Amino acid sequence: MTATEPLAPPVASSSNALEAVGIVKSFPGVLANDHVDLDLRQGEIHALLGENGAGKSTLMNVLAGLYRPDEGVVRVDGRAVEFRSPRDAITAGIGMVHQHFTLVPSQTVAENVLLGLDKPRFRLDLKRTEAEVDRVARDVGLKVDAHARIWQLSVGEQQRVEIIKLLIQGAQVLILDEPTAVLAPQEIADLFTTLRSMVATGTSVVFISHKLGEVLSIADRITVMRAGRVTAAGIDPKGVTRADLARLMVGRPVLEQLKRTEVEAGHVVLQVDDVHADNDRGVAALRGASLEVRSGEIVGIAAVAGNGQSELAQVITGLRTCTGRVMIEGRDVAARPARESIAAGVAHVPEDRSGVGSAPNLSLVDNLILRAFRRPPLARGPLLDERASRDMAGGLREAYAISAPTLDAPVRILSGGNLQRLILAREIDSAPKVLVAVQPTRGLDVGAIEGVHQMLLDLRAKGTGILLISEELEELLALADRILVMYEGRIAASFDTPSGADVDAIGLEMTGGEGAGAGESVSADT
Amino acid sequence: MMARLEPRGQPPRWLSPLLTVTAVAVALVIGAIVLALVGGDPVKSYLHIVKAAFGDIGVLSDTLVKATPLILTGLACALAFRMRLWNIGAEGQFLLGAWGASFVILGLGLPEGTPAIVLIPAMMLAGALAGAIWGIVPGVLRARLGVNEIITTLMLNYVALAWVQFWVFGPWSEGGFQQTATFPKEAWLPRLTDFGKEIPLLSGLTTHLGMVFALIATAIVWFAVSRTRWGYEMRLIGDNARAARYAGIDIRRYIVVVFAISGALAGLAGMSEVAGSVHRLQDRISPGYGFTAIIIAFLAHLGPWRVVVASILFGALILAGREIQPSGVPAMIQGVILFCLIVADVFTRYRLVIARRAAATT
Repeated sequence: MTATEPLAPPVASSSNALEAVGIVKSFPGVLANDHVDLDLRQGEIHALLGENGAGKSTLMNVLAGLYRPDEGVVRVDGRAVEFRSPRDAITAGIGMVHQHFTLVPSQTVAENVLLGLDKPRFRLDLKRTEAEVDRVARDVGLKVDAHARIWQLSVGEQQRVEIIKLLIQGAQVLILDEPTAVLAPQEIADLFTTLRSMVATGTSVVFISHKLGEVLSIADRITVMRAGRVTAAGIDPKGVTRADLARLMVGRPVLEQLKRTEVEAGHVVLQVDDVHADNDRGVAALRGASLEVRSGEIVGIAAVAGNGQSELAQVITGLRTCTGRVMIEGRDVAARPARESIAAGVAHVPEDRSGVGSAPNLSLVDNLILRAFRRPPLARGPLLDERASRDMAGGLREAYAISAPTLDAPVRILSGGNLQRLILAREIDSAPKVLVAVQPTRGLDVGAIEGVHQMLLDLRAKGTGILLISEELEELLALADRILVMYEGRIAASFDTPSGADVDAIGLEMTGGEGAGAGESVSADT
Repeated sequence: MMARLEPRGQPPRWLSPLLTVTAVAVALVIGAIVLALVGGDPVKSYLHIVKAAFGDIGVLSDTLVKATPLILTGLACALAFRMRLWNIGAEGQFLLGAWGASFVILGLGLPEGTPAIVLIPAMMLAGALAGAIWGIVPGVLRARLGVNEIITTLMLNYVALAWVQFWVFGPWSEGGFQQTATFPKEAWLPRLTDFGKEIPLLSGLTTHLGMVFALIATAIVWFAVSRTRWGYEMRLIGDNARAARYAGIDIRRYIVVVFAISGALAGLAGMSEVAGSVHRLQDRISPGYGFTAIIIAFLAHLGPWRVVVASILFGALILAGREIQPSGVPAMIQGVILFCLIVADVFTRYRLVIARRAAATT
């Protein structure tokens, strides 16, 4: 069984905090891990890189005691261990922060930490736990209020709670599954600082990601996986380029080369004028936002999470009520039902693909006709033409290369990239005047991102006005004709790309602008 | 050895019906064991149930009479459940429907000898309308104020029961008994036995026109949910209400409309029962049809035609309950079937994996 890769097998040494040798794990129809090796040295940040479905999460779930491997050994500090549950793993000092957090929203930080402990068997000593949380948080430089309830915290703060919880449980090895997928740029920087200070005290970190730039900036060593196998084991980031990593991940050279047609921006298709709206908690999220999008133009919105960009998308698509004006080709749809925005020609790629953008248990056909079912040829009076629906769905599946076993399969079995292609196919096919795309590539892998970007550019070439809301600055720089920065519910600044767009200047505006340090017009507020 | 449940990806199409049949079979085996434990003869009991329900054309007809209100209330539940509206109030809507139909006879002061062609449509309309109103109330409360429909529909059942009792004990009581006078013949739904003179085979058979209503209603519901845009929108709301809103569907209107239709179907069941079978309104007009309907809707996986099949099965169990002693046996089997169905549902979503402990290599 040595016919895999021509790399020297890792030698067990006492400095390895965690080691996996020859892990095999299969699921019905899928060999998720095919003799995978991984060695994690003490005090290092080891990045595990791979596309969605490469087997990273499976391997980590084996290490964290959630799955049992079909074959292979896991060693902790050189000793072979056999985990039967996550509890066994945490007892051995291995803790995992999952993509979806495992916190109880109605309880406080300290209570959540207490939940994971088995020391006070019966009596709950909240005071001591709170003190413990404060101490650990200070040690690794995390800011967390032990009294706060989880639902009051931002996603980034919740992630910190997860980390603190594991540290208090005695974790020496932290496995972070795509920790940056949910974070804003500033939060990512904070997380990296924390990770650095943690490894300095001897903790070891496995950092799972599919973002190349991130991995190169944080990792001490990198292991790349593709299709259940390791394609590069423990390599030094200094010796590799992004292109090398992309090739190892995808199995072919990836150079994002987008075909960008020169389009003259036309008339204004979307005009948002002095819009105010509350968020779900009843707090003002949009405070007089105004902007314009012309046909054949991509306008990017850059903002740190929670500055009103989600609400902006909802207001335009009729999913949130507001005051002010939202004009689609001269028709005011502000505070009108979603159906009117749709009728006016607005398409929407929502932030939450499975929660809003699709009906998970319904078939591909049912999901693909979601925009078209009200009009002929699908609608025939009150009836829905099944043949026409299937024809349309089949055509879209082929044209947009949505891979699924059949048209009747429920869309919940689709991968993230395929589901996003399905949503884009449906929205683009509705020939919209305006497309509102929110985080269209979040969580997708390199190959899929390239496809989504090209789709957006093609739609732009056809004359649709696109409002692209993204937390990936690189994405905005690559696609947008103009970038608007949103801060606290207003448009704070506008940059033309590529000429006038400077990453630092945009980043500064995203975090509150002038006073923070630009220093030429406003005096610093010290 | 260790047994575990692992989530399934896409369950094959045949799995769900197979598991349903298996669940019913397992329920019957459990029932047999219970019977044997208390000293009964399970084989004899089951044979008796089968004979009592399907043994000859006469009892088969009686089974269909019992199945009729179950089909209509079962459809009422299945329709609402498709949108994840948990209408537990089919019982109350049934009672109101029965009351509404009775009101046409007893409350309107129509002249004696009003022909059936007037009476029966009027009773159908009144029954459906009364049931619909009993459905709209929780529907509006849910749509406008977000009031949990499980609580409201359940509570309204008791209100409906008290309402019917008030009328049969009070204003409409026949000589102080808790029932009304028998309706005039013109208000009776035609029965098979009415054609006994022409076709002797049919004489004595009590299956009535309500069965035809039930089948027509089934066909309409099936067509509406599977062939119309309306059915598509319902599927969308049922699977993901946020996606439905995103698709521009007015969910609140749908909630009220579906509750109204659901209530109307159950109300029609009440009308069919008083006009087709009992021929008067009385206390305890329903042995819990509206509650059995919930089990039927799940047994049928919310499919309209499968509701018909499940209703006949449960009609048989209700009928057999009257025939055999102890009558608790069919009720027990109903309960065990429901339990097994819930367990079977787990297996449509998860597979059981029996794994031998993997021996560590090296």
